[in-house]
Amino acid sequence: MSEFRLPSLGADMEDATLREWFVKPGDKFKKGDIVVAVETNKGIIDVEIYDAGTIEKILVEPDTRVPVGAVLANYVSDSTRMRISPAARRRARELGIDPVNIRGTGADGAITVEDVLAAAGPAAPSAEATQAYKPESSQETRREPGREAKPSSATELEPAAGMRQAIAAAMTRANKEIPHYYLSTSIDMTAVLHWLEQHNARRPLPERLVYAVLLLKAVALALRKVPEMNGFFTNGETQVHAAAHIAVAISLRGGGLVVPALRDVQMSSLDKLMTDFSDLVNRARGGHLRASELQDATITVTSLGEQGVETVFPIIYPPQLAIVGFGSIVERVRAVDGEPRVRSTINASLAADHRASDGHRGGLFLAEIDRLLQEPEKL
Amino acid sequence: MTTTYREAMRAALRQALQEDERVFLMGEDVGRYGGCYAISQGLQQEFGETRIRDTPLSESAFVGAGIGAALGGMRPIVEVMTVNFSLLCLDQIVNTAATLRHMSGGQFSVPLVIRMTTGAGRQLAAQHSHSLECWYAHVPGLRVIAPATLEDMRGMLRLALEDPDPVIIFEHNALYNREGELTEVAVADIRRAAIRRPGKDITLICYGGNLHKTLEAATASAESGIDAEVLDLRSLRPLDDETILASVRKTRRAIIVDEGWHSGSLAAEIGMRIAEQAFYDLDAPLARVCTAEVPIPYPRHLEQAALPQVESIVGKVREVMGQNV
Repeated sequence: MSEFRLPSLGADMEDATLREWFVKPGDKFKKGDIVVAVETNKGIIDVEIYDAGTIEKILVEPDTRVPVGAVLANYVSDSTRMRISPAARRRARELGIDPVNIRGTGADGAITVEDVLAAAGPAAPSAEATQAYKPESSQETRREPGREAKPSSATELEPAAGMRQAIAAAMTRANKEIPHYYLSTSIDMTAVLHWLEQHNARRPLPERLVYAVLLLKAVALALRKVPEMNGFFTNGETQVHAAAHIAVAISLRGGGLVVPALRDVQMSSLDKLMTDFSDLVNRARGGHLRASELQDATITVTSLGEQGVETVFPIIYPPQLAIVGFGSIVERVRAVDGEPRVRSTINASLAADHRASDGHRGGLFLAEIDRLLQEPEKL
Repeated sequence: MTTTYREAMRAALRQALQEDERVFLMGEDVGRYGGCYAISQGLQQEFGETRIRDTPLSESAFVGAGIGAALGGMRPIVEVMTVNFSLLCLDQIVNTAATLRHMSGGQFSVPLVIRMTTGAGRQLAAQHSHSLECWYAHVPGLRVIAPATLEDMRGMLRLALEDPDPVIIFEHNALYNREGELTEVAVADIRRAAIRRPGKDITLICYGGNLHKTLEAATASAESGIDAEVLDLRSLRPLDDETILASVRKTRRAIIVDEGWHSGSLAAEIGMRIAEQAFYDLDAPLARVCTAEVPIPYPRHLEQAALPQVESIVGKVREVMGQNV
């Protein structure tokens, strides 16, 4: 338990009258939050707290005069060691949940698996499903010679089900918490395909590029112009990042998907991106992704073109700010210089967090991707 | 068939004596008196004095004789009145029976079965009431088993006799008078722990005389919404880690109920194995309900207070579950 005391707000200050609390017991706060207003001889001053934690108890009521140094409230600092069971810690990691924000209901107030699941939201896997989830270290059902292996009474879920649950938790949270707005535009890919054809014709097979790499680079460069698509929304705040770590949705053959990140795409050459991209896809399907690749993506790109889908309506992967979807390249009749022409086009869609940006900026972002893709040689 | 644990063991002895002429029973008062717990009542009349042998009050001598007979090709069943008395033959069991296969390079085996009563609850005071089975469970070369159900009381002896190495059967004296429905004997097993009550919230690990208390505690806990799984160890050495760990990985919580004192107990060993192998599956600290660290008292109320009871198990269950009840 920590104490929040009335700070000295000037060498000449001896006391102050507490006017208003901005927090109540149970409220979480972070470093720098304004928690209380006090009145001094210089007027009403908002007082910040320089720690992160949870308010436990308010000790001084409004309109009470207190000396400098008086304890105004008790709080539990986040830096206090967390009581969390080993199983709950692992589950929280699997679901991408920060246990700091979970209230424990176990022995001595420890956070349990049930608490983690409750925090993950109503669509999170039920306790029963979790129990059936096969732990990594569980052994094969034992078989003795001459003895039939008993069929398990509970329906055992394969490890893929764990991934399904994690996707369920993340997507439920996204749909519940993030006010999405959606935009879509059709981009002419004729220039890209033409450039790629010429570019690849001069190269041996392993060095050839795929158009997806140009899409990724275009997204990364467009973020320079509209940076508020890139970063995180956490604790009620938008954090815009300069580096574009783009997560790529890769569907797995056994079902499910992973979204590992390509780092610093805005700085990578197309050749490097191609190498990194192939490597990432191979390792995603072979199961050798690095934890860091799954943690620090600042935006996601999903492409469902292979399935012949024309337009994707994606859901943001929290706490990211946006996700860009690409459909398949389709030949469409477009007006070019006042004439109807058959052009190769792709539908680019954007789902963005309305807390961090507005449709106007989203529109600029898609338009910038379009513009960049018309000059593939500059990518 | 309705029967008692006492009758089940007697039936097991009778069957063993009938099926294999190398089998014989010896021990203090097993013959003419019919056994101090009346397990062997009537067997001497039926099988004669050479196969149901009364011995002098000398545990070291008659367990040693049993080891010799086993080495000589017989299949002796030696009854030691209580585990407290077995300390007099600890040398024969630990230094001889358990070591001969090892020290002879596999040339000799000791197919000896030793039966002992264990446990408290009948006001037999501090020299007849202790649960020292973990002392034997410590020793390589021995198999240590504890029947908790009628089926195991009826069926474990035969499986013990089939084992080429020394087997110690611990029979909790509080079970003998207990009556129940004996179903299929074939379900007895001396190698695998058994789930006696499936549950999803917490695993209660127990054996022998504490199974029924633990099952009662599980039923009582169910009333407050806790679905406890009850695991009967059956074998105290070797421990069936696989079944224990599978259960704990499912429920993520475990309490070990053990009538031994908690210091250096089987409960300690089992808890450590869980911590070693399933730490990341745990959702609460491991816990145990053991006997108070005193010589078992004679007065009934003190004796009962010293032992694991349904209420203390239920209390521990609630503690481990926290608010998840």
